[in-house]
Amino acid sequence: MELINHLALGFGVAFTWQNLVYCFVGCFLGTLIGVLPGIGPLATIAMLLPVTYALPPVAALIMLAGIYYGAQYGGSTTAILVNLPGEVSSVVTTIDGYQMARRGRAGPALASAAIGSFIAGCVGTVVLAAFAPPLTKLAFQFGAAEYFSLMVLGLIGAVVLASGSLLKAIGMIVLGLMLGLVGTDVNSGVVRFAFDVTDLTDGIDFVPIAMGIFGYGEIIANLSRPAEHREVFTSKVSGLMPTAEDFRRMLPAVLRGTALGSVLGILPGGGAVLSSFASYTLEKKTRLREGELPFGQGNIRGVAGPESANNAGAQTSFIPMLTLGIPPNPVMALMIGAMTIHNIQPGPLVMSGNPELFWGLVASMWIGNLMLVVLNLPLVGIWIRLLTVPYRWLFPSIVLFCALGVYTNNNNQFDIWTVAAFGFIGYLFHKLELEAAPLLLGLILGPMMEEYLRRALLLSRGDWGVLFTRPLSAGLLIASALLVAVVLLPAVSKKREEAFVQE
Amino acid sequence: MKIKNEKDFFAGLLFLVLGTGYAWGATGYALGSAANMGPGYFPLLVGVLLAVIGALVMFKALVIETEGGARIGAWAWRPLVFILGGNLLFGLLLVGLPAWHVPGMGLVVAIYGLVVVAGMASSEFRLRDALLLASVLAAGCYVVFVRALNMTLPVWPDFIAG
Repeated sequence: MELINHLALGFGVAFTWQNLVYCFVGCFLGTLIGVLPGIGPLATIAMLLPVTYALPPVAALIMLAGIYYGAQYGGSTTAILVNLPGEVSSVVTTIDGYQMARRGRAGPALASAAIGSFIAGCVGTVVLAAFAPPLTKLAFQFGAAEYFSLMVLGLIGAVVLASGSLLKAIGMIVLGLMLGLVGTDVNSGVVRFAFDVTDLTDGIDFVPIAMGIFGYGEIIANLSRPAEHREVFTSKVSGLMPTAEDFRRMLPAVLRGTALGSVLGILPGGGAVLSSFASYTLEKKTRLREGELPFGQGNIRGVAGPESANNAGAQTSFIPMLTLGIPPNPVMALMIGAMTIHNIQPGPLVMSGNPELFWGLVASMWIGNLMLVVLNLPLVGIWIRLLTVPYRWLFPSIVLFCALGVYTNNNNQFDIWTVAAFGFIGYLFHKLELEAAPLLLGLILGPMMEEYLRRALLLSRGDWGVLFTRPLSAGLLIASALLVAVVLLPAVSKKREEAFVQE
Repeated sequence: MKIKNEKDFFAGLLFLVLGTGYAWGATGYALGSAANMGPGYFPLLVGVLLAVIGALVMFKALVIETEGGARIGAWAWRPLVFILGGNLLFGLLLVGLPAWHVPGMGLVVAIYGLVVVAGMASSEFRLRDALLLASVLAAGCYVVFVRALNMTLPVWPDFIAG
């Protein structure tokens, strides 16, 4: 009954007044900012990261996890009410969710998203608690070669499942790796690519990069589009509760979505986005019952399934991050950054060396999910009001929070110049249709990959074959090659494009 | 030769230039050998990799026909200049430029500067609205960041606060 002991320890940590408050504040702030159109979890976390610096590590991580779910959930609210996905993982929610809102059923749509997310969150927490210990044991058998190969798999996985051109996405990863190498080389002490700028000797911080590209880049791109006609269904949100009929229909979808999301979240490159797309596809394949609306016209399953799946995926994507120290997606990359700031090196040692932190975080995830339900259903009116605020009031505030957040991060003026530079670069990426998320993964993994490759080849006396002769490492590399091969198959690549254009 | 996909062509060019430059820069550091990597070894590797990817992307952009040529389109100079300008002004006003004897004006002035300049990025800009928004944000930031969270931020201009 190790599992129960672990969870008991976790709930003991999470159920202190202080941590409950931080969890609540995180969920609240996350939803508040996540509701704003065009701001996904990534930008929200980057923006709010400095707020958590002053907290003790456990509280900071609990709050960040809360921000993550909050932002994720806020994105669905926007998707349902305004037909604007706040983030990629709620793109599919717009299809049926917005149609439900147009039919005056915004209330049940929002409620089914919340209930589905909660059920998925409960399952995700248990999956996380059950799978983390064995994976940690596996991680101790990993040598440098295995770690390197695992990172290759993670990076490849991340781009294969993303949208757009595969080659360009791989290019962005490599570009991220390059940026990550700027600064002092730990082995030789040589300062690389700093161009004699003192502030660059410690490398480029990931916060200004993330904020510049995801915050400023997005705002500039948003403003360059003509002001779009936003239709918000404010008056029609009455009667939150789904009917008994609704419940009967959505429950199987919730369970299917949860199962899919829990599995896909663990995969490298998986997480919320992939899970929600997969779940929607699955629901569409499931036969319609009598009297049910077709998909695309407001079927409740089209909301409940993907919303459960993205929450389950969000939850289980913590597993590779917490056990192996490898981020499966950019949000987790940011979390790793946050942990390093608090002097915690993510990886297999966290669970044994810091059990309070580990299990406290796991328990707080469940609490966070509960809070989301409690927070979102009664407060939905506030979020709706927020959606009616015109963009010209919102964007200067967002710019301010980005600038202030970047500065307070290190109290360093140089970071403000950096964020501006990356704002420009972010817009350039937008113009050239280059996806920025893989870059962030590469940025975090760059120094780690170099270090592991260096160690692996040092031990093998320079023989690159070590990556293929150690069975685990070879297996991981073969898996990466298979992933690329599968995506390049004509049949699959056509399907993959369809999945992303469909909307 | 005609460019058949403008976005990809320039993305590839960007990769090619950056990768080549990086690889060239890496050769300035000790390379070492695979068994004993110097600081230049891995950067050289990734630089070359990016250059190769860039060349491939460019090649595809020249060969494969794309609908409409995937044109890059006009640049949104107005938001670009004002958003980034607002940000730079914020940095300048907040702490000044000690090296050039420009005094810092503190958080409150910086917020007004940022909100007004960034606001001009929108075609619906109105000075009165911007000043109102700035006042609200300045008060809010003061209460939250300085009072509640105790962050060390210069609030007032250097010559007043001393």
